[in-house]
Amino acid sequence: MKKYTENELEQDLKTKEYEYGFYTDIEADKFPPGLNEAVVIAISKKKNEPQWMTDWRLEAYRIWEKMTEPDWANVHYVKPRFNEISYYSAPKKKPELESLDQVDPELLKTFAKLGISMDEQKRLSGVAMDIVIDSVSVATTFKKTLEERGIIFCPISEAIQKYPDLVKKYMGSVVPKTDNFYAALNSAVFSDGSFCYIPKGVRSPVELSTYFRINEGGTGQFERTLLIADEDSYVSYLEGCTAPQRDENQLHAAVVELIALDGAEIKYSTVQNWFPGDAEGKGGVYNFVTKRAIAHHNAKISWTQVETGSAITWKYPSCILKGDNSIGEFYSIAVTNHFQQADTGTKMIHLGNNTKSTIISKGISAGKSQNSYRGLVRVGKNAQNARNFSQCDSLLMGNQCGAHTFPYIETKNASAQVEHEATTSKIGEDQLFYCNQRGIDTEKAIALIVNGFSKEVLNKLPMEFAVEAQKLLEISLEGSVG
Amino acid sequence: MLKDKIILSYTGFENNHSTEIDTEFHAKRVRAMQQFEKVGFPTKEIEEWKYTSLKNLLKTDFTLLTASESDIDTKKVKPFLLKGIESYKLVFLDGVFQPQVSVTSHEGLDICILSSAISKPKYNIVLNHYFNTIASQKDGLTSLNTAFTQEGVFIHIPKSVVVDRPIEILYLTSGSEKEVLVQPRNLVIVDENAYVQIVERHQSLTSQKVFTNSVTELFAHKRAIVEWYKVQNDNLQASMIDSTYISQKEQSVVSMFTFSFGGDLVRNNLHVYHEGEHITSNLNGISMLHGTQHVDHQTNIYHQQPHCESHELYKGIFDEQSTGVFNGKVIVSKEAQKTDAYQQNDNILLTDDATINAKPQLEIFADDVKCSHGCTVGQLDKNALFYMRQRGIPAKEAKALLLYAFTDQVVNRIKIPALKIWITDTISKKLGVELEIEV
Repeated sequence: MKKYTENELEQDLKTKEYEYGFYTDIEADKFPPGLNEAVVIAISKKKNEPQWMTDWRLEAYRIWEKMTEPDWANVHYVKPRFNEISYYSAPKKKPELESLDQVDPELLKTFAKLGISMDEQKRLSGVAMDIVIDSVSVATTFKKTLEERGIIFCPISEAIQKYPDLVKKYMGSVVPKTDNFYAALNSAVFSDGSFCYIPKGVRSPVELSTYFRINEGGTGQFERTLLIADEDSYVSYLEGCTAPQRDENQLHAAVVELIALDGAEIKYSTVQNWFPGDAEGKGGVYNFVTKRAIAHHNAKISWTQVETGSAITWKYPSCILKGDNSIGEFYSIAVTNHFQQADTGTKMIHLGNNTKSTIISKGISAGKSQNSYRGLVRVGKNAQNARNFSQCDSLLMGNQCGAHTFPYIETKNASAQVEHEATTSKIGEDQLFYCNQRGIDTEKAIALIVNGFSKEVLNKLPMEFAVEAQKLLEISLEGSVG
Repeated sequence: MLKDKIILSYTGFENNHSTEIDTEFHAKRVRAMQQFEKVGFPTKEIEEWKYTSLKNLLKTDFTLLTASESDIDTKKVKPFLLKGIESYKLVFLDGVFQPQVSVTSHEGLDICILSSAISKPKYNIVLNHYFNTIASQKDGLTSLNTAFTQEGVFIHIPKSVVVDRPIEILYLTSGSEKEVLVQPRNLVIVDENAYVQIVERHQSLTSQKVFTNSVTELFAHKRAIVEWYKVQNDNLQASMIDSTYISQKEQSVVSMFTFSFGGDLVRNNLHVYHEGEHITSNLNGISMLHGTQHVDHQTNIYHQQPHCESHELYKGIFDEQSTGVFNGKVIVSKEAQKTDAYQQNDNILLTDDATINAKPQLEIFADDVKCSHGCTVGQLDKNALFYMRQRGIPAKEAKALLLYAFTDQVVNRIKIPALKIWITDTISKKLGVELEIEV
């Protein structure tokens, strides 16, 4: 067997460029860069929004203006200049289509390059996709199947028009405009996103899915997702993201709000593969996302995420366990390579009685990257019998990267049971040797071991995603030997 | 405001120490004062102080302690010293050394006081070489202590000396009529192959509020072994911030124990710097609180060299409205390959009004390391309680036994039998039962 030397690996690692770095040439309707009240009003107008929505945005903008960017996260970057970002961009030809055939062929090609053939997705996996390219929803499939069951799954801009009561009631109820700098910014300028409502007692027959892509150069992407699961309903929601290769840093500040009413269950899975910047640390996406869920009585929220992309990740999908017997789960794999920096984790706020939460976080850092887990487990004074288990494992490859853990545990109730454990290690030489001995080359062996390391989380992903995620892990880590 | 008052009184302090104006020592003091003026007292906005607020404490109109003439007799000191063993003793009352109740030594080693070291030229080199070299130059409280350095412990154990008995350090405050701020400063140097055991205690004898801002610098040279026991069982009017900075050279072993039973607000800052290979650091702690007590443990271990180990074990029992904070930080720099760092923090809350905020933190830049931490919050095992009650052990005793067992892991690591007995007694007193436990 030809010996794969460390130098070769390093070389491989360096030359490993972003596979999805291409740029779709669709004419875009784009605002000039800059942000002020006029721009906010213009965005609202562009989307034909009712007055209450415009007011809501303006209020958020005024709040945002007074805020400063947070800098407590363990990441270092050149702060985005908010005046040089264009806050709206939509593909010019907005097709209103029933089937895929009518979709702009350029777009279809984009998806083909991404490795998601829509037809295949449609036929084989039964996934209904609400595809978002540069903020405007282009195609929605399976709508009819969903409609039969009373499930609403549409772009949020449409929901504002069609279901203003639901939007008014829930938008901003989990992530208020005042929550943080990026949430306020998003509230002011959000372009589009997905809206989903599962009626009482309905089990969504298919896994709902959205693909986000940041496409137009210099466009900030401000997605807004609102997912409401009414009493005793169930939904599994998938979100996948990739962005083409661009040199300037792109800003992404999304807000995701999940509401699980009594007895409902939401499973939210993300695979994030945005452009991480090249081997020199140039470019890449800034990902500042606020994701939060509220669980009422007997409800269950499950976040699963595979984070392999973005130059900077700042993301803490959280659960507010408000109702009695509610359950929150967080499964995460975060992989950083080259100059990527990730500060990610979760917050579990136990408020109701008999609430349970589980946190499994796996961090893998290679190259010159920094990978941090930052989590909070808070047990309120009146939350009897709260139970939490957290586990954060980090894997380091090479001595130029870093792995950090910042778990916050705040307990105010005597009946709480909170456990936290964390480990940091590297891939064992004996494990590698064992694999080599049996004819598996180092590269493959690492993939194998990393897969095993991440298995607890990968297992939680829906089938369609698990395969893609596994592939992503391999791509991101190719050639990193510890 | 307290800060302004302190800054003003510095001028007076300067005048009293005008004799040393040209020394390097004095320069360090002035720099520290400038730093304190700049940063002041820490506020909750600082990440390390997120869970501990000094706001209420600083509202009190503390007066900087001025040396008083009072002295103390053996009888009053006795309850605070270990029983039945020979030991070196360094007793201070209101910042003044009490030779009549102390046992010092200059025979082959230096167990004495800082003020005499400052005034004697023969110690100048030592002082300049060590004093304020590892203590934080940025931290407001440490700088404040440095600026007002006047009295404290000076211990120098030369090469290959095994100190035959423990050294007891006792700071007493009788604080006339006023609320006082006391700032002891300790400097301990343990040379190659030397061995020493130190027991440190701060005790207030007054019902007035006392605020202790203590800073210690400990240097453990090659293969030195140091055991340091901090006993905190003060009355509920006394608050303390204790900052200890430890520098370890290769193959040295430093074991720190912090027993927090008393005090109103207690904050322990431990900073351990590894400056050689094959170093071992053991940090242990027990906190048993009630009332509205607040104890905050901050541990920082800087792994800078390969093949070093650190082990942390902190146990906390929180009753009534007490609050506990644990913030353990392990930083492994990229040179520190083969590091073995372990951190464990277990807590029991006895009431719904008690709070624990824990943040076990790892920052790792090297790949070939074994670093892990565990943190738990839980309550007593109901089955175990039931088992004992079934066998005729009353609920209170059964509970006490379990709680004692919970702390036992740390108690067992105490190497001084007399201290072990004292700690066991204190724990059982705190639990309100007579535990006949063999030590």
